Amino acid sequence: MPDIDLSVTPLRELNAALHKLTPETNERHWVIEHPAGGHAIAAGLNVPVTVEINGSVGYYCAGMNKLATVLVHGSAGVGVAENMMSGFVHVSGDASQAAGATGRGGLLRIDGNASSRCGISMKGIDIVVKGSVGHMSAFMAQTGNLVVLGDAGDSLGDSIYEARLFVRGSVKSLGADCIEKDMRDEHKAAVHDVLTQAGLDGEVDPSEFKRYGSARTLYTFNVDHAGEY
Amino acid sequence: MCGIVGLFLKDPALEPELGRLTAGMLATMSDRGPDSAGFAVYGAGEAGQTKLTLRGTSPLSMEERASEIEAAFPGAQTTLHDTHAVIAVPDQEVEALIKWIEREAPETEIVGRGNRMEVFKEVGLPEKVAERFGLAGMRGTHAIGHTRMATESAVTTDGAHPYSTGKDQCLVHNGSLSNHNNLRRSLRREGLEFETENDTEVAAGYLTWRMREGLSLGDALKVSLDDLDGFYTFVVGTENGFGVLRDGIACKPAVMAETDQYVAFGSEYRVLANLPGIETARVWEPEPATVYFWER
Repeated sequence: MPDIDLSVTPLRELNAALHKLTPETNERHWVIEHPAGGHAIAAGLNVPVTVEINGSVGYYCAGMNKLATVLVHGSAGVGVAENMMSGFVHVSGDASQAAGATGRGGLLRIDGNASSRCGISMKGIDIVVKGSVGHMSAFMAQTGNLVVLGDAGDSLGDSIYEARLFVRGSVKSLGADCIEKDMRDEHKAAVHDVLTQAGLDGEVDPSEFKRYGSARTLYTFNVDHAGEY
Repeated sequence: MCGIVGLFLKDPALEPELGRLTAGMLATMSDRGPDSAGFAVYGAGEAGQTKLTLRGTSPLSMEERASEIEAAFPGAQTTLHDTHAVIAVPDQEVEALIKWIEREAPETEIVGRGNRMEVFKEVGLPEKVAERFGLAGMRGTHAIGHTRMATESAVTTDGAHPYSTGKDQCLVHNGSLSNHNNLRRSLRREGLEFETENDTEVAAGYLTWRMREGLSLGDALKVSLDDLDGFYTFVVGTENGFGVLRDGIACKPAVMAETDQYVAFGSEYRVLANLPGIETARVWEPEPATVYFWER
């Protein structure tokens, strides 16, 4: 189990070592100490290993993540798990702006609050935030689920496409073309699924959430193709 | 880009450490702003005395000017810091000193004025700038600093922050204003003078004007949300405190930390990572369009 102290080892050396890993590697559990808010820690991982970071990280931690599990025991700066493809990223503290931005798959769990633009342009990622999300969250969100156990700030889901937004608390305001929709059984099941994957099964009742999505007046949407989204 | 740092001490026991901690924070922000750096330190002030911080063209010329000032104003106490000098004179002599500087030393810039505030800024890497001025050895109650990556005007010392907005007041800025030319014209009609084409100088002038018209700093910051167009995070230093304001979109980064000992500001968390007790500090991002203010 490699144990890397970033106050000693240069960050580039750590990332280079992580990028060299092959799927067959026996070094499957990495522990990082003293991240001190450094940028791009464990970004670009491509293999199913676990990277555990003890402390707060800077920008783009676990960006472009594929297959790996990245656990941040602290808070994360701008763009955590940005453009994640698959895998699991868990932040025990808060996350700054644009958490999970443009993510295409995988699961991002944030135990604290996420700042503005959480899930901006998300394209298939699932994001669970135990706290609240800031303004302009899920801006132009395309697919995937954003599940917020707390509140949402101004302009939630502005110019949204087909992503599903579930908020348990209050929504300060909805963005352009974003509306509240019925919370049917299939949606409760979807929330339950995402919460279960995030390890939060049973913590909250899925029926406490409200669903928000696109009114589909701002983009060319053909109902005949709805099944393809 | 640009980087901002701020440290406001609640615990007097940390005051001897203010300069050292601020210098470390400033150095961390080098890669957000390698063009120039500046900082304001609120140190000891003597009742009845005003400090002017002067910026000369070179350390040698500043030294010469300082001895000329001492000869002309026997009550003046001067402290040299590289290209800058801090001149302390009795309050009643300040206007005469300013007139003397304008007449006898027109190449000298008055970068700060106040009972406690001293302002230093130069072109160069932040770490080097801090070293040249001896920031690490300075003590005080609070300090704000800036590292600049120039966008709206040239890389010159004139374009370096902080900008003074009045006695014991100064402003640093990360972002860029899009209506600064218009606003500069309006403020010139109100009698304000501007030395540069820099957008932050306009923001500083705007706040000076609002406060001259009777608003408190907090209220001046609030109305600035309507009048300043662009994106910005401001940190403002005053004699007893410091304030923070982000525009309504809040795309310029800001992280704050508070413990029983201090309130700290950084453009990135990295700035705060080495502060004492950061592991247990309350760390948060200031809300958009919200004025924050701390005083002691």
